[in-house]
Amino acid sequence: MANSRTNRHDYVRYAIKRLIQGVITVWLIATATFFAMHNVPGDPLLDEKAVSPEIRKNLQAKYGLDRPLLEQYGIYLANMIGGDFGISYAQENRSVNDIIREHFPVSAILGILSIVFAGLGGILFGALTAINRNRLPDIVIMFLVILGISVPSFVFAALGQMTLVNVNALLGTSILPVAGWGTVSHMIMPSLILGLGTMAFLTRLMRSSMLEIDNADYLRTAISKGLPPTRIFLRHQLRNAILPVITVLGPSIAAITTGGFVVELVFAIPGLGRYFVQAVQQSDYTVIMGTTVFYGAFLVLMVIVVDLLYGLVDPRVRLD
Amino acid sequence: MEVTFSFERTRAISRTEVTTRPSLSYWQDAWRRFKVNPRSLISLYIVATLGLFTLVGPWVWTIDPTLQDLDQISVPPGADRRARVVGPHVRWEMDETNNAIPQTLSATQLAVIGEATTQAVRLAWNPVVGASGYRVYRGIAEPASPDALGLPLIDIVNAKLTRFEDRLDLKSRTYFYSVIALSSAGFELGGYATLDVEVTRVITANEAIARGLSERRGPSLIGETVYLDLHPLGTDYLGRDMLARLMHGARVSLFIGIVAPFLYVFVGILYGSIAGFVAGRWDQLMMRFADFVVALPFLLFMILFKIVFNTEPGESGISAMLLAMILLSWPATARLVRGQILQIREEAYIGASRLLGAGSMYLILRHMIPNTMGVILVTLTFAVPGAIFTEAFLSFIGMGVAPPNPSWGSMCNEGIKTMLTAPHELVFPAVFISLTVLVFNLLGDGLRDALDTRMRSAN
Amino acid sequence: MWLLASLSEGASGNALDAVEGSVTLALSEEPPQLDSSRATDTVSSQILGHVMEGLLRYDEFNRIVPGVAERWEIGATKATFWLRDDAFWSDGTRVTAHDFVFAWQTALDPQTASEYAFILYPIKNAEAINSGQLDTEVLGATALNDTTLLVRLERPVAYFDSLLVFPTYFPIKRSFHNEHQGRYGADASDLLYNGPFVIEKWIHGSQLRMVRNPHYWDRDRIRLNIIDYAYITSDVNATLNLFKDRKIAIAGLNSENLDDALQRHWKLERFNEGCVGYISFNHRSSRLTRNRHLRRALQLAMDTNELVYKVIAMPGNLPGISFFPVWLQGIENQFRQEFPAPETQVDVARARGYLAQAKKELGLDEWTSLTFLTGDRATTNKISEYLQQEFKEKLGLDIKIDRQIFKQRLAKMSSGDFDMVLAGWCPDYADPLTFGDLFASWNKNNRGEYSNPELDHWVRIAQNSLEPATRMYAFSQIQKIIHFDAVILPTYESGSVFVRDPRLKGVVKRAVGMDSDFSSAYIDG
Repeated sequence: MANSRTNRHDYVRYAIKRLIQGVITVWLIATATFFAMHNVPGDPLLDEKAVSPEIRKNLQAKYGLDRPLLEQYGIYLANMIGGDFGISYAQENRSVNDIIREHFPVSAILGILSIVFAGLGGILFGALTAINRNRLPDIVIMFLVILGISVPSFVFAALGQMTLVNVNALLGTSILPVAGWGTVSHMIMPSLILGLGTMAFLTRLMRSSMLEIDNADYLRTAISKGLPPTRIFLRHQLRNAILPVITVLGPSIAAITTGGFVVELVFAIPGLGRYFVQAVQQSDYTVIMGTTVFYGAFLVLMVIVVDLLYGLVDPRVRLD
Repeated sequence: MEVTFSFERTRAISRTEVTTRPSLSYWQDAWRRFKVNPRSLISLYIVATLGLFTLVGPWVWTIDPTLQDLDQISVPPGADRRARVVGPHVRWEMDETNNAIPQTLSATQLAVIGEATTQAVRLAWNPVVGASGYRVYRGIAEPASPDALGLPLIDIVNAKLTRFEDRLDLKSRTYFYSVIALSSAGFELGGYATLDVEVTRVITANEAIARGLSERRGPSLIGETVYLDLHPLGTDYLGRDMLARLMHGARVSLFIGIVAPFLYVFVGILYGSIAGFVAGRWDQLMMRFADFVVALPFLLFMILFKIVFNTEPGESGISAMLLAMILLSWPATARLVRGQILQIREEAYIGASRLLGAGSMYLILRHMIPNTMGVILVTLTFAVPGAIFTEAFLSFIGMGVAPPNPSWGSMCNEGIKTMLTAPHELVFPAVFISLTVLVFNLLGDGLRDALDTRMRSAN
Repeated sequence: MWLLASLSEGASGNALDAVEGSVTLALSEEPPQLDSSRATDTVSSQILGHVMEGLLRYDEFNRIVPGVAERWEIGATKATFWLRDDAFWSDGTRVTAHDFVFAWQTALDPQTASEYAFILYPIKNAEAINSGQLDTEVLGATALNDTTLLVRLERPVAYFDSLLVFPTYFPIKRSFHNEHQGRYGADASDLLYNGPFVIEKWIHGSQLRMVRNPHYWDRDRIRLNIIDYAYITSDVNATLNLFKDRKIAIAGLNSENLDDALQRHWKLERFNEGCVGYISFNHRSSRLTRNRHLRRALQLAMDTNELVYKVIAMPGNLPGISFFPVWLQGIENQFRQEFPAPETQVDVARARGYLAQAKKELGLDEWTSLTFLTGDRATTNKISEYLQQEFKEKLGLDIKIDRQIFKQRLAKMSSGDFDMVLAGWCPDYADPLTFGDLFASWNKNNRGEYSNPELDHWVRIAQNSLEPATRMYAFSQIQKIIHFDAVILPTYESGSVFVRDPRLKGVVKRAVGMDSDFSSAYIDG
């Protein structure tokens, strides 16, 4: 039943297999989104000011929207394989590739920073609450966790920005910028706020995970062997408890990168999240498709990375 | 030496072991431990309170949550409710010769004509030499400088019109009105006159009768002081009673917030445990499908579901939303559970159990899932507020509850806008959501402690 | 890589810098593109109005004054413009009459599919070109030479000069446009400027920075050196926070943060934005709202005073009385002063009477519910919920609110899938016709498909006459018809309140054209 650790050759083969599966998954995502998008009423050519039927026909022909759906799909797929995601309808003259290329790094930086905060904070606070179970630190942190997940992110964003303004006014100088993007100091506040929700989740997860293994046999063995507590923590507790956290981490990165919309809005950050939400509202076909495929690929990649990490962290897990 | 052994005949002892109580099964043991856990007890009390609030509340507190009390918009709890009854608003004929200002007024002064009420504040002032027009400001404090007169209410471009009627959002407080003269180009000329005006709350006779605030009818009603409707938790941005809205909103929010997460976590557990257990090729396939579902653009597919379900406008598309949320949210749990299962299946006791002849179903249900309880419960805890806020977000775009029906999440959405001036609109729904989350947390803790197999013997 | 470059600089800087002559502001949205022949939204107009210039422009007193054209003559059948010889593009070449002809031809080209092509229709053959019947070459605009532009008109247009200020009428240099084919207006380097400023930096979604244009012919008039839109966000609270942090010089306010602003003793300003909000009815024969008495009943039950003063509670808004807003000019004074709008007091009893009549006329046993289509904005939610409850209490009607996001709402409006819809209309140019022709039966923007030959007749008179008295009388008749036929129900006239750093002076706000004109702004102190 249980194998010993997989060897490196198997590892690489597994990774390649996953990548191929990933490509298929992304293709499926693209297809589903394409047909969903075209079946929702409203098209990118509608606007507040109506245009004459002739002009509308011209526009439809220009963008190829008058052709049968399957043909449009085929054309789109062919372009996509060539790396061309088309031109945005709402932001005419900007190619989707440009939009993704210019705005995704912003969201990515924001997302990664948030995950770093969330991860470090989550693991740290989670461990703290588990070790100090039922004592004051546990209760305080859990209270904050509950607050953190009950209160929606836009409240935190607004409150955070307001607090920053007041602090700056009090100190007479801008310790951190209130909004905007461009320097490292611009990144701190928004990524903190973006990471709060995930931090709360990870704290909880870590705590529950650590409490579970509290009574595990190998732990008792280690304690009775007389190992120092730090070593026990790092070698045994952390390593085993962290698995669920890692499971969540992958998709969390993807979720935070896409869901940073509110934070991007409040802090005036030119991230991809804003463009994506606007694209849906404006039925901007090309941007919807481009960002969905891109995010899908990103997500799939994250999941693969996480699964590969699994194998490293817990040697008992078969990757197959 | 002779040794004497006295042997007694051994008596057959019927029982060496005494069973003080019947052997408990896993579930019975869990329930026992659950009951005595202080966290579980607290959570059960809160559940009971919330249940009462939701189910019994509307029968007790019968104000209609859609009734708009426009004389009490965004009032905090405990606000003063007295109002005098007046007649309906009569248009003010502001021609220049009428409404003469009392002669005792000096050239730079401002005067209130008639009484200053929340219905209208009528101002008059003496014309200023060289002015081509006037600008009227309204502040909430004594103006510190000509640059801080307050809110500009109107620009009057007629030098002869020295009257103004203010009807904008008048509350019962003291306002500071200032009038400043304008040049022909629209620039402010120096010098301004300020007047502090105490505004009384009033309500029209028709409104008072319509709301049943007084027994009297007819002319004797005018001038009487009535008490406006009581709103124990204040009102929202359209004057609707917060308590009633919270009660009615509870039904939707708790339904969505509990049923949806339970269902999609259930689906996730099912899916994830099967995938994790079988491992190998099927596991890969199932997980790829889970990735596929996660990567789909949520908003777009929500709109699609809404169309597929063909919800009529104005009808609450709750079932459509429920189904959509379940179909799109299960992968996260599935992945977590699968991860746990993959870990657990390598444990020694699984091997042992198998050797004893345990079937797959038994292994999953009796051994694996209880050991993933920790992770599952955490997911559930976080799924609840997530579902409530997703519902709020969706009602904003037309899914979920249709206006004017409230839900806690949409009340939060609305409350965030008036966070600075009327925090109660945000705080109360947020508190209720926090309570719900707290309940699930405590319940989750209690459940995990109760169900944790390793603690069974430790007790 | 741009990322690293911007990491070192960032959107720093203070709101006002007197030494540098710079002002920092926030933009509410990213301009989709800056091609003047296709720009449709207010943000694009705002930017284009600063970096480009048309034949004419508005001065700080909102009078029409020379722009690229030194002098002009507008007649009944033609208009002639004499351009100055010192108007240059930012690449040093002169702005010529050919540039205007090319720009207008491009805007009317059906392949360009410009939404604002209709604003060029007064020019001869323009409409035919735009519908593909004629070639762009036959447009009635000819460059007699580099500095003389002759425009032949389709019909006499009394307000032609106010049209020329609109971005669609701005010039485009043919050679530059062809060089940047397909990308004209997409980035700072894809535009040629002839206005007071040029775009120095445009980081999409993040920053748009304009600096003084050394080639502008009237550069001595311009006192600011840098206008930096360093933040792009539509969140009102965010811009207010930026203002509090002294990073931007102007921020808008709404009713929710007003008290906070008042407590800080800021100088607040009010501006009549010039737009009208209203409830539009569906007049198609399949809808209940085709019945006039039903509409009148709703009209008499709606209290716009309460709506504007208590519910919306936004300073700057006026209760909706007429479809023509107060700021429109009439013959000598304001249009609404010379031709006051018919008003009705709220009269619930009479409204119920009308309702009963409507029920009989429609042959109904019971009233079915009416669909009220709205968008997803916060203010529209408030208004629609308020009205839903009011109509239920006063008239016993069941109104269902249909919330849709942008494109879906437009789709429903186009296909006529609504009974009532919350709509708004903003002026394109400074003449009552921009409002007056909306309900003409041929107007594509008349989504409710209201059709009244009498109204059409008055619209044609207003369109074709040059006599102010005749035209204004025609508008007053249109105003009456709209009211007594309850074609639409005006809800409010929009206004805004904002706070400005008092050291920034000379900013001009307009209802038409640019939202805020900084070309005569300066920093004092």
